[in-house]
Amino acid sequence: MSTKASRSAARLMLAPAVILLLGWMLVPLTMTLIFSFQRYLPLRGGFQGWVGFENYVRFVGSSAFWPAVQSTVIIVGGVLLITVVLGILLAILLDQPMWGQGMVRILVIAPFFVMPTVSGLVWKNMFMDPNNGLLSHLWRFFGADPVIWLSDASMLSIILIVSWQWLPFATLILLTAIQSLDSEQLEAAEMDGAPALSRFRHIILPHLSRAITIVILIQTIFLLAIFAEIFVTTQGSFGTRTLTYLIFQRVLESQNVGLGSAGGIYAVILANIFALFLMRIVGKNLDR
Amino acid sequence: MARSVTTQRKTFNTFLAWVIGLLIFFPILWTVLTSFKSEAQAIADPPVWFFFDWTLENYRVVQERSNYSRFLWNSIIIAGGSTVLGMFIAIPAAWSMAFVPSRQTKNILLWMLSTKMLPAVGVLYPIYLIFIQMGLLDTRVGLTIVLMLINLPIMVWMLYTYFKEIPGEILEAARMDGAGLRQEILYVLTPMAIPGIASTMLLNIILAWNEAFWTLNLTAARAAPLTAFIASYSSPEGLFYAKLSAASTMAIAPILILGWFSQKQLVRGLTFGAVK
Amino acid sequence: MGQIVLEQVTKSFGDVTVITPLDLTIDDGEFCVFVGPSGCGKSTLLRLIAGLEDVTSGEIRIDGQGVSTIPPAKRGLAMVFQSYALYPHMTVRKNIAFPLRMAGLDRAEQNRRVEKAAEVLNLTDYLDRRPGQLSGGQRQRVAIGRAIVREPAAFLFDEPLSNLDAALRVGMRLEISELHNRLGTTMIYVTHDQVEAMTMADKIVVLRAGHIEQVGSPLELYRAPRNLFVAGFIGSPKMNLIEGAEATKHDAMTIGIRPEHISISADEGRWSGVVGVSEHLGSDTFFHVQDTGLGDTVTVRAEGDVSFKHGDRVYLTPRDDMIHRFDAKGLRIG
Repeated sequence: MSTKASRSAARLMLAPAVILLLGWMLVPLTMTLIFSFQRYLPLRGGFQGWVGFENYVRFVGSSAFWPAVQSTVIIVGGVLLITVVLGILLAILLDQPMWGQGMVRILVIAPFFVMPTVSGLVWKNMFMDPNNGLLSHLWRFFGADPVIWLSDASMLSIILIVSWQWLPFATLILLTAIQSLDSEQLEAAEMDGAPALSRFRHIILPHLSRAITIVILIQTIFLLAIFAEIFVTTQGSFGTRTLTYLIFQRVLESQNVGLGSAGGIYAVILANIFALFLMRIVGKNLDR
Repeated sequence: MARSVTTQRKTFNTFLAWVIGLLIFFPILWTVLTSFKSEAQAIADPPVWFFFDWTLENYRVVQERSNYSRFLWNSIIIAGGSTVLGMFIAIPAAWSMAFVPSRQTKNILLWMLSTKMLPAVGVLYPIYLIFIQMGLLDTRVGLTIVLMLINLPIMVWMLYTYFKEIPGEILEAARMDGAGLRQEILYVLTPMAIPGIASTMLLNIILAWNEAFWTLNLTAARAAPLTAFIASYSSPEGLFYAKLSAASTMAIAPILILGWFSQKQLVRGLTFGAVK
Repeated sequence: MGQIVLEQVTKSFGDVTVITPLDLTIDDGEFCVFVGPSGCGKSTLLRLIAGLEDVTSGEIRIDGQGVSTIPPAKRGLAMVFQSYALYPHMTVRKNIAFPLRMAGLDRAEQNRRVEKAAEVLNLTDYLDRRPGQLSGGQRQRVAIGRAIVREPAAFLFDEPLSNLDAALRVGMRLEISELHNRLGTTMIYVTHDQVEAMTMADKIVVLRAGHIEQVGSPLELYRAPRNLFVAGFIGSPKMNLIEGAEATKHDAMTIGIRPEHISISADEGRWSGVVGVSEHLGSDTFFHVQDTGLGDTVTVRAEGDVSFKHGDRVYLTPRDDMIHRFDAKGLRIG
């Protein structure tokens, strides 16, 4: 609702952002797409000829592919499960009246601000190290043999580290959502004779459903791309090679750009499936 | 919730919440504590908690050995630079979509969001190649640009949701009062939008500071920020807990403090305004 | 000076036509009220005059000069918004001075005019406060202050009282009317409240679905509504509209009779019915009479001390000279 003059000014102001993002999206993506149809080995001079869909077939056919899919699914699924369930419980707890609420919130949120390389290394060395880690001290204190976390329980370790980082995010968003719940609704339910558990099931949980969906979608997109946590801990060994890490290795370590690019396109498609759902929710929200 | 609760229940809540809170915070606390220990105390079993010889030695060594300040400086330049640069592009874009919406606005916003979803690894090599060609590899300029681009959608979105809350009537009032576009933005919009702009910048600095894909893959020595500095400790010869702790503490302290101020904005920024 | 003329003005948003071709003249010094139900286009019309929207076709003239391509700031109009649209980060003084600052007046002149306006509006004590620290009525006055310092050719008010509580609304209504009397400047006032329209206007423009239903003074509209819509819209409580046999007796499709033009009696009258709800206002009492055989409930005004109980049988007699007749198209007959 406005005049012609302000509309054209607006378009001009929007242009830089659109052009930059368009370039940022299209140029590299097109290049990846082109590479994915080539045999491209930078160490042997780069372009070695067109190969059609061979890279796509080979990427999926390689012995590393399915294990990578499996570890990706386990890591993403595990982290989601832990962060969402604990996040809901923690959000409800933090919403209760207590002393020092603000301080507790700060404590809970802190891990989110720790850079991934730091949290990876701190956990790897100071907690999960089989000789000197705090957890091994703890195990020994109870007379148990220390677990060699990052090799014997590699997946669990990675899930633990990443969950620690993302639990604050889930908690914070769910807490914000809980706080937006009209307390009169809960009081009405209480008047209607609903006990605490059914108030949770029939009022709080439905109210949170949208926030939970958003947490799941956003985390999925970020979790599919986790990199640094693996880079500084297992380097993809002991079954922790995710799709992202596999592609990274193909491209930068074995310098097989064509093959890695085909993998990259798979990753783009995968991420877009989740992005589509997220955007539908966000888009609905825009209309309100 | 304005509901009265028994003191007993409140005490229980408080106790439980503090225990869980401290448990979650513990790794950070432990890291900070360890950074003040000697290497021997750092790996002592049973662990020493507070009663040890507090020392700043580790900080000194880390600084000397690795030239911490250079990495810090790189982090500041890259995080700050990408944020400031991004704001120059994001503010006009968000302004235009919030106050002069067109039929395409919603689609443009969603499309911008979708670019944020692009997995970095999918475009790793092309960016790498472009960087080599343009001489941007391992430069602060290159990294600043990339981080600005990956966070631009979040900046635009966050500003958009803040601007949306400024009533359009106020801008129309300014127009009626004789303000031109420039004066409208300068005297009316900007002062009102400062809280939103500040929060957006804050969140963006945090995100850029902690970004650990491009900063690891596009830098070597010259432009490496703190994320890469810490990653260098993953090599076996870096296994000195106290020093690792000191380095980690220095890398996360500034952003931890900033982050605590930005809890609310974090929710809005990371959910693209879908949860407020 | 502030004569405003609209010639064949239209406005569409995309495919949706909000204003159909419309002609209107607002004379200099007139207090003109645009009234109509929500979505009738009254606010859009005001925004077209203000220049906040472009006209799709047609021409708007202020004092004879076409302004369709002139930006809002240059039209010499001042507007008071529904939300007041005060600048929250500026003090009252700076808010009121803002248009003067934009016009490049020197500081001394700014202060002189702001203080004069503040005095007129009883805001002198509040000049250094921010809008957030003011009550609704005070904010309203600041918004008006910001408008009057510019000494505009005309004031535009967009539902300015709708955010105030009932008591304050009556007070502000008087203040705005007084302001109009004192300044003698053209004012255009948009409202959905027909009471505001009736009490304040020199000229009322009744709008529906983007076109004008009737233009006239409050009493003209009250006495001779041009069609059923205006008849139903102007007057409170609403005019009783009766169809069927009773209307046919008057050679009309529909007849209308206002509650104040029906007498009520316990023993005799033309129509009979049973008292439903009665509303006692003290000075007046309104009876909603049912089962009259006239279709709808008939509303009747009586003196405050007349009292009938729920379920009492009463007799009603309309004043024949006050009966409005409408044809099949809803247009006034005679």
